[in-house]
Amino acid sequence: MNRINQLFKDKQNSILSIYFTAGHPEMGTTKLIIEELEKNEVDMIEIGIPFSDPLADGPVIQQSSQKALENGMTLKKLLAEIKDIRHKVKIPLLLMGYFNTVFQYGVEAFCSDIKSIGIDGVILPDMPIKVYEAKYQKIFEKYGIIPVFLITPETSEERIRKIDKLSKGFIYMVSSSSTTGIKNKLDEKSIVYFKRIKEMNLKNQLIAGFGISNKETFDEICKYANGGIIGSAFVKAIETGENLLSQIKRFIATIKY
Amino acid sequence: MKYSVNKTGYYGNFGGAYIPELLYPNVKNLEENYMKIINSASFQKEFLALLKDYVGRPSPLYYSKRLSDKYHINLYLKREDLNHTGSHKINNTIGQILIAKHLGKKRIIAETGAGQHGVATATVCAREGLDCIIFMGETDVLRQKPNVEKMQMLGATVVPVKSGNKTLKDATNEAIRDWINHPSETHYIIGSVVGPHPYPDMVTQFQSVISEEIKKQLEEQTGSENPDTIIACVGGGSNAIGAFYHYLEDENVKLIAVEADGLGLETGETAATIAIGKPGIIHGSKTMLMQTDDGQIVEPYSISAGLDYPGIGPIHAHLFETDRVEFIRATDDEALKAALELTQMEGIIPALETAHALAALKKIKFKKGETVVINISGRGDKDMETYRNYLAKINEKPSEERLFIGMYSVPTSNIHGADTNVNGLFVP
Repeated sequence: MNRINQLFKDKQNSILSIYFTAGHPEMGTTKLIIEELEKNEVDMIEIGIPFSDPLADGPVIQQSSQKALENGMTLKKLLAEIKDIRHKVKIPLLLMGYFNTVFQYGVEAFCSDIKSIGIDGVILPDMPIKVYEAKYQKIFEKYGIIPVFLITPETSEERIRKIDKLSKGFIYMVSSSSTTGIKNKLDEKSIVYFKRIKEMNLKNQLIAGFGISNKETFDEICKYANGGIIGSAFVKAIETGENLLSQIKRFIATIKY
Repeated sequence: MKYSVNKTGYYGNFGGAYIPELLYPNVKNLEENYMKIINSASFQKEFLALLKDYVGRPSPLYYSKRLSDKYHINLYLKREDLNHTGSHKINNTIGQILIAKHLGKKRIIAETGAGQHGVATATVCAREGLDCIIFMGETDVLRQKPNVEKMQMLGATVVPVKSGNKTLKDATNEAIRDWINHPSETHYIIGSVVGPHPYPDMVTQFQSVISEEIKKQLEEQTGSENPDTIIACVGGGSNAIGAFYHYLEDENVKLIAVEADGLGLETGETAATIAIGKPGIIHGSKTMLMQTDDGQIVEPYSISAGLDYPGIGPIHAHLFETDRVEFIRATDDEALKAALELTQMEGIIPALETAHALAALKKIKFKKGETVVINISGRGDKDMETYRNYLAKINEKPSEERLFIGMYSVPTSNIHGADTNVNGLFVP
């Protein structure tokens, strides 16, 4: 069983997922960050593939992405660095990024290479669902890679049903209409939307992201979703690169306890 | 039509809507409604009246006698520079502001490079009384100051974009992010035939008035509506597609698009996307793209802010792939020379973007007496500082070199009109 499905089988509440950008704050930290996150009992990790033009991201992730590219990070180097990650790390790992880097790598080569590393899923927010169905679904399924799609407060019910059908693990529920790291509160509108989605009884688990930055917002989101993803707040917490491991430990502790 | 967008938003292998889910409802809403709105009688009536009475269309098709004689062709200039706001950009902003009104949007955002699209957007927003926010790379804010001042006077907020190379690509990123953050009340007026479907098709339709007029005007002036060749500059490609559109099916009309080559392909300091790009995704569409092997978008370079873009409209990628349009390049230097040539031989100061199209005159082997149309996409007011610096530089060079580069230049004092002792005429 794919590790993502295994996780959701074992745990349905308060799933903590962390996003960070590979190659930031420095080259050679990707593997360390993953290992330290697991040690601190994070449930799942999204490893960000840096991209020059991250359209859906706010300033924090934009800057981390730019820094990572200046540091020399590429998708190839990223995969080389985490080649042996499964020797130690057991929790689900996903890659998240923009479609163009994967498209240039070659979608089949990408799925094949990440499968052999032990990556469980992929989040590519700008890969259209239609294109996925027409061209890439077969490839993802051949290698057992779980694609994760996003829904937002503006996504129609019909489309959410379609996304639910296409998804094989969880749906990424974007908490509000914004780029990443812009809002650090969940407003009433978001809550109404979470309730609406919860009542739809979708077959997939729901993991919320965007606007979850601390214990308060994480606990709030876990009332409506199976868990939450923290990205910008974590990226910011480790941006200086100083005392990296203790910064990670401290940040996760503030969310959990 | 063979070169039109298909039902799923593609031109051959290019196009589509590669957008995050956050943009999906807005883009879908536009896709479902734009043709209905454009085809409605009320839209057509208002659009055509504004093009005529507000923009000043049809723009003239002018026979350039001196350049015709020089190049042994019959050269016609399509004078989009004479439009209100000084370029072809207003054809599109008039259309899109009416679409925004039909969709009930109250807030308008746009990106701009040279500032021509920003001014054209701020203009139509002022006319409709709508809020207007223009995203402009910080580099471009500095090099296109007169246009920034115009936008501000028109009531727009100009947001200098500090990310990336601080030019057109980054301004577009920031406009898209703004749209993600303000989805319900905002319409994004994209300025070129780029972006997710339906933008490339919508902008193409609004700009196609250029070739529609060329057909009529050429028929009146020459008895035939088809020239042998049409030339236009291409960045995103809106003026080029406007000039080509109604000729796409007339396969014996040669269509030439001129890309900005900056300091030259071999230096890497270029914006010639077709020449060095590969298929990829930028700003929501699959097209030719300047990028690294890792799929990172490369920062382009051109002296012309309006052509300084690492992508190209998907319709142009398709016209390139199907060999319908020939793509050539002109460097900064070639464009500057061509701008000076048109200025001194016809009394028309072109925009730096347009100057790239004019540079093609020296690069193409024409048949003697063939009919050529060049789209004069914009006027050069905004580029006076660049031109002034260029003229000053020429005058520093020794006279042999002046002859060598093929143009006579008067001493600086004459350029500024202080001295009438002009000791020579322009020697082409």
